[in-house]
Amino acid sequence: MTTVDLKPSEEFQFATGKGDVLLIACGALAREIVDLIERNHWSAFDVQCLPAKWHNTPQFIVPAVREKIRANRDNYKSIFVLYGDCGTGGLLDKMLEEEGIERIDGPHCYAFFSGNPEFAKTAEDEITAFYLTDYLARHFDKLIWAGLGLDRHPELLPLYFGNYTKIVYLAQTHDEQLVENAKAAAIKLGLAFEYRFTGYGELETDMAARAILGSP
Amino acid sequence: MSDDGELDLNTLNDEDLVLQVHDDLYDGLKEEVEAAVHILLGRNWTPYKVLTEALVEGMRIVGIDFRDGILFVPEVLLAANSMKAGMFILRPLLIATGAPRLGKMVIGTVKGDIHDIGKNLVGMMMEGAGFEVIDLGINNAVEKYLAAIEEHQPDILGMSALLTTTMPYMKVVIDTLKEKGMRDDYVVLVGGAPLNEEFAKAIGADAYCRDAAVAVETAKSFMARKHNQMAKG
Repeated sequence: MTTVDLKPSEEFQFATGKGDVLLIACGALAREIVDLIERNHWSAFDVQCLPAKWHNTPQFIVPAVREKIRANRDNYKSIFVLYGDCGTGGLLDKMLEEEGIERIDGPHCYAFFSGNPEFAKTAEDEITAFYLTDYLARHFDKLIWAGLGLDRHPELLPLYFGNYTKIVYLAQTHDEQLVENAKAAAIKLGLAFEYRFTGYGELETDMAARAILGSP
Repeated sequence: MSDDGELDLNTLNDEDLVLQVHDDLYDGLKEEVEAAVHILLGRNWTPYKVLTEALVEGMRIVGIDFRDGILFVPEVLLAANSMKAGMFILRPLLIATGAPRLGKMVIGTVKGDIHDIGKNLVGMMMEGAGFEVIDLGINNAVEKYLAAIEEHQPDILGMSALLTTTMPYMKVVIDTLKEKGMRDDYVVLVGGAPLNEEFAKAIGADAYCRDAAVAVETAKSFMARKHNQMAKG
């Protein structure tokens, strides 16, 4: 089995050599996507991931996804995008509509890992929660702590996180080290900690549906 | 220079001291900014002059470099913290000396959203530009906006959101204003990372402000139009 360990700034490609369906995805999902493909023996997919660090600068996402679509459109039967809205304010969906490409449902990965309806229900009652996924728990220090400049200026912590009360770690896998990472992140941010196992949620079901569509 | 090699702000003439404040704001040096504000006041500068020429101008430069990708959010926050410290000294003096007022703004982050970094920056820059700012904080339902509008009778309503999931609530507020026949009584400005001009137009806001500096310029421009219309009678 392939274990992808993608840094926040890295792009990534995964090709089985017989892919009919191209998945264009956020790098924060690379590990999970490859795990699902290998575990389910889905042969339909090739994967191209863009840097996860664009979470902090979502204006880069839309043009880069469009470029990937246009560069690969003629090489695949179909293309499917595995991104939430991810802070693009609807611009990703607008672009995808123009290009005639679909994406996984949901405003962000927290929602589709949890299941969109379930997340919508709980999110309303926990607006002071800061969510982590496996990826964010793995890369908290680089992507969040250093990404927000807190490594250099910890005095900014109350400005960034003063209104939050807890970290909710939405776990995709059972990994004790990641639980420890997430707990450490909560301590660092001065927040309470809550663990919630989600598994791969709608990422798995949506990919499964596409795997069938992509099969001959 | 003082004995320990540090720059003694007292030795600078007014012009150099103001330039030094701009540099210190840029570098987020809160104590230095506070010290310079005290020195300028001690030299009989009016609080309004200190505010506009030293602090606001310094933050304007920070804003430009943020927009151009030279500075990033952490640096802007440090600069803002320094400006805030300077304003803390000046605020009571500005009130006491009756500094000019351009208008009044009610501002708040919408319901379901707790993010206030951008909103706070806008509020601070608006205050620095001469607006009275009533800050409703975070997670504001339409009722809270309406109550504040009724109580404070602002010229401008500002709404902020950071989340794709919460930004549609701005339309709820604007639609409620329309239903009550109040929409045209106020300039509605919206902002926040996931927003754009198209969204602002679609929900019926007057303008989208991509950053605090744009918010100030937009607010000033709307106030100027309002005054021109009033002058025409």
